[in-house]
Amino acid sequence: MTATALAARPAPLAADAPVLELRNVSISYFVRAGEMRVVPDISFRLAQGEALGLVGESGCGKSTIAFAVMQYLGSVGRVTGGQVLFEGRDLAHMPADELRAIRGRRIAMVYQDPMSSLNPVIPIGRQLMEVPMIHFGAGEQEASERALQMLREVNLPDPESMMGRYPHQLSGGQQQRVVIAMALMAEPSLLVMDEPTTGLDVTVEAAVLDLVARLREKHNTAIIFISHNLGTVVRICDRIGVMYAGELVEEGPIAEVFRNPRHPYTRGLLSCIPSLSADKTSRPLTAIPGQVPSILNRPKGCVFQPRCRFAEPARCGQDPLPTLALSARHSAKCVRAEELPPHEKLPEGIAALAIGAPADAEAVLRIAHLRKTYHQSTGMFGGSGYDVHAVDKIDLEANRGQTLAIVGESGCGKSTLAKVLTGIELGTEGLVTLGGKEISQIPVENREAEIKRAIQMVFQNPDSTLNPSHSIGYVMSRAIRKLRGLSAGAARAETNNLLKTVNLPTEFAQRMPRQLSGGQKQRVAIARALAGEPDLILADEPVSALDVSVQAAIINLLVDIQAKRGATLVFISHDLSVVRYLADYVAVMYLGQVMEFGRTEEVFAPPYHPYTEALLSAVPIADPDVQQRRIILEGAIPSPQNRPAGCPFATRCPRKVGAICDTTPPPVQTSAAGHRIACHIPLSDLRQVGNVVQ
Amino acid sequence: MAMTENAGAVSQIWERVRLLRESPVGVIGAFLVAFWVVVALFAPLLAPFEPNASNLDALGDPTPSAVNWLGVDMSGRDILTRIIWGSRTVLSVAPVAVFAAYALGCLLGLLAGYYRGWVDNLINRVSDIILSFPAIVLYIIVIMRFGPSAFNIVLAVIFIATPQIMRIVRGMTLELREREYVAAAKMRGESALYIMFVEILPNARGPLIVDACLRMGYTTIAIGVLGFLGLGLPPPDPDWGGMVKDSYALMSIYPHMALFPAAAITSLVVGFSLLADGMREISMRD
Repeated sequence: MTATALAARPAPLAADAPVLELRNVSISYFVRAGEMRVVPDISFRLAQGEALGLVGESGCGKSTIAFAVMQYLGSVGRVTGGQVLFEGRDLAHMPADELRAIRGRRIAMVYQDPMSSLNPVIPIGRQLMEVPMIHFGAGEQEASERALQMLREVNLPDPESMMGRYPHQLSGGQQQRVVIAMALMAEPSLLVMDEPTTGLDVTVEAAVLDLVARLREKHNTAIIFISHNLGTVVRICDRIGVMYAGELVEEGPIAEVFRNPRHPYTRGLLSCIPSLSADKTSRPLTAIPGQVPSILNRPKGCVFQPRCRFAEPARCGQDPLPTLALSARHSAKCVRAEELPPHEKLPEGIAALAIGAPADAEAVLRIAHLRKTYHQSTGMFGGSGYDVHAVDKIDLEANRGQTLAIVGESGCGKSTLAKVLTGIELGTEGLVTLGGKEISQIPVENREAEIKRAIQMVFQNPDSTLNPSHSIGYVMSRAIRKLRGLSAGAARAETNNLLKTVNLPTEFAQRMPRQLSGGQKQRVAIARALAGEPDLILADEPVSALDVSVQAAIINLLVDIQAKRGATLVFISHDLSVVRYLADYVAVMYLGQVMEFGRTEEVFAPPYHPYTEALLSAVPIADPDVQQRRIILEGAIPSPQNRPAGCPFATRCPRKVGAICDTTPPPVQTSAAGHRIACHIPLSDLRQVGNVVQ
Repeated sequence: MAMTENAGAVSQIWERVRLLRESPVGVIGAFLVAFWVVVALFAPLLAPFEPNASNLDALGDPTPSAVNWLGVDMSGRDILTRIIWGSRTVLSVAPVAVFAAYALGCLLGLLAGYYRGWVDNLINRVSDIILSFPAIVLYIIVIMRFGPSAFNIVLAVIFIATPQIMRIVRGMTLELREREYVAAAKMRGESALYIMFVEILPNARGPLIVDACLRMGYTTIAIGVLGFLGLGLPPPDPDWGGMVKDSYALMSIYPHMALFPAAAITSLVVGFSLLADGMREISMRD
């Protein structure tokens, strides 16, 4: 072991000494426009073995804190004041070689994208072995044994062969486990995790979170867990810090903060997250008005004041704003923290949306035995190959004026289904009828004008949904003229109407997309979809790229528009909480097949399909009082090319009954109300299963 | 609608110019290019002599003097005057050639990238054949076949640059055609031509502007090389490459005769390159 490595060994700590302490840290980025003070002043402590969750919307400085702890701010970022104390030593003023001995050894980091943390040309085993070889001077043999043991510890299947594999041969969830294994191999006393599960499917996320919680207990590692998802923080952390515009506005133990949030921003965040136990009629979401202020013109005093419904300008404008200690461990940066009324889960003064569950209307969209097959050619001349059924004989219908949600993890075929409905791809077999007309065999270019008008779509990515070269007004009036054949003048008037419908000022017609925020772009996209007064609006993950406060506003807008216009909505999503909130009917898809279909309240209550049950148990719920049964699914979704012969879910199903699941496709069982479950287990047995969420 | 569109385009160009000022490299490049554009525009006013007038008296000492600032060539013609008039040749042939190559290259690239399939295959295979020859060989073949003239130089540049431009545009089209706004345009029933030229092409403009700047530089070199090989504009019109060719035999005695026109070529090429660098720098930031 080298001298620096020895020097980096921790001095014995007093039992209550913090592993990490930030004292009045301020961080700036120095860019062309000048100094951007991203974090003005932040302080917190992290005890040994403790897990602190940092939450907040994008641009609130969460990752900046992580990089400051790692001293990785890059060439433009700098800690401009205060101390970053790790085991009592200030990282911000430490020589580079001492830092190097600490990074990776005493402090490890896990990033959002595992692929960028792993070297694509070195086998996994070799990359893991480097850790003990570099940090502990271990020999090849010893390092290899430790790597193997660590791979076992993170539950990777077949660890021996895993050692020789390259990162691209692993699934996303497996890659993230390898990164976690690598981070923990040096037995660090602090692990910084920046959105470690954000890119993963919900069942994989649940397994990774479970793993982190277990390893943390075993190794007594302190964790800073950064996430935009409050539910994941509840699963992992002891304490939570809520960040807003670079400030820690509230901090305290999880249970205390969630039961009794004192800062209006924390309250706002909690009120705009849909929960698994409520829908649009029982508990409407409340969006936070406005947006995070730009760093260059931060308001004086309380940064949240311009968006706060409790603001009192006389008191909230004081500078500097004190942080009130509410109990020994709970504090909030709000002058009114102690006098605010108790937080109610249903905020007063906001009436439930006036939408009764509509009586069952006629089916507008019918999908019967639809199949979409892609031919994958192999070999040089494409003669040989195999077929991939991305959508495999599905039956669905959507009623007029109602919302059909299609949920499932990535690769389940939900986006392919959307492409067939829009005519961008053609169906291979089966029928899709809209108002009685077959549409799955007609490419979009050849569809008659009436059908084009009748189906419009809202896309997922706000940055790609609007052409960056076209003004909002041009996009809107072009769509109106194309779909309804109006004159230029009439189209301009209608543009203004539609912008008002989606709660945007009419001046936005002159703006370019780059001048809009993500939520505003998505509103324009909705307005564009409404241009032809469509009968069917297809929304493919329209809110998944948005921050929660914006997400709530967009969801409410969709609900509102649907209620007013009576359009049918097909809502594709991976987020069960949003689906529970919004949908009238739900179809759960897995590997191109519909596993369960029925009214929302039926799908979200027993009898469950075992896959639905697993999905529900995996959803991170931002409420420490909710009891949720944990079902951890092992393995990954099989690739569609080697789909199991029987039930597609058989390879991962925790309730598999036997060989029949592997060999025979499951029968579709229908309950009295039209609730369909494709499973070998009799409905009567599935009914015995209790609620996943209490 | 058209009005606001135009206003948008103008303000975008102005925005670019404003941004360019923040790139020192780009400013130098823009200055060099602008210098030669002004020289070319006002050549009749700026040139002290007639481009083809011989002053046999000056041949006694052809080196730079108070009368002939950059000296005279072996026919007694004023070098400064010929460089000034020569800038007109370069700055009219190069932009026309590059612009024409762009028009064709963009069209083919859009067709190949948007339709793919056999259209793509056909366009690509023909391009591959053209690209498999060294550019200079192609220039020589085209000019030898059709004879040296400004029009044929333009033809040669189109022939050689189009496949390269096509490849850039095709690559960007393949990426941009998957954007959601293209799907939205299809869903409201836009024609393929509209999608290619209105939805896709404007969003490829960033890299294309940079490439066009660089390509102006390459074309300037190519025109110089053709002139040097005797395949440029027919004499006695002034042509920078031709001026170097005519005088390089006297290089050891009167180096100024070849060096001044060579320096003119270099400064214009460097100007285009630096301008392209500046454009790239600012396009990285938005």
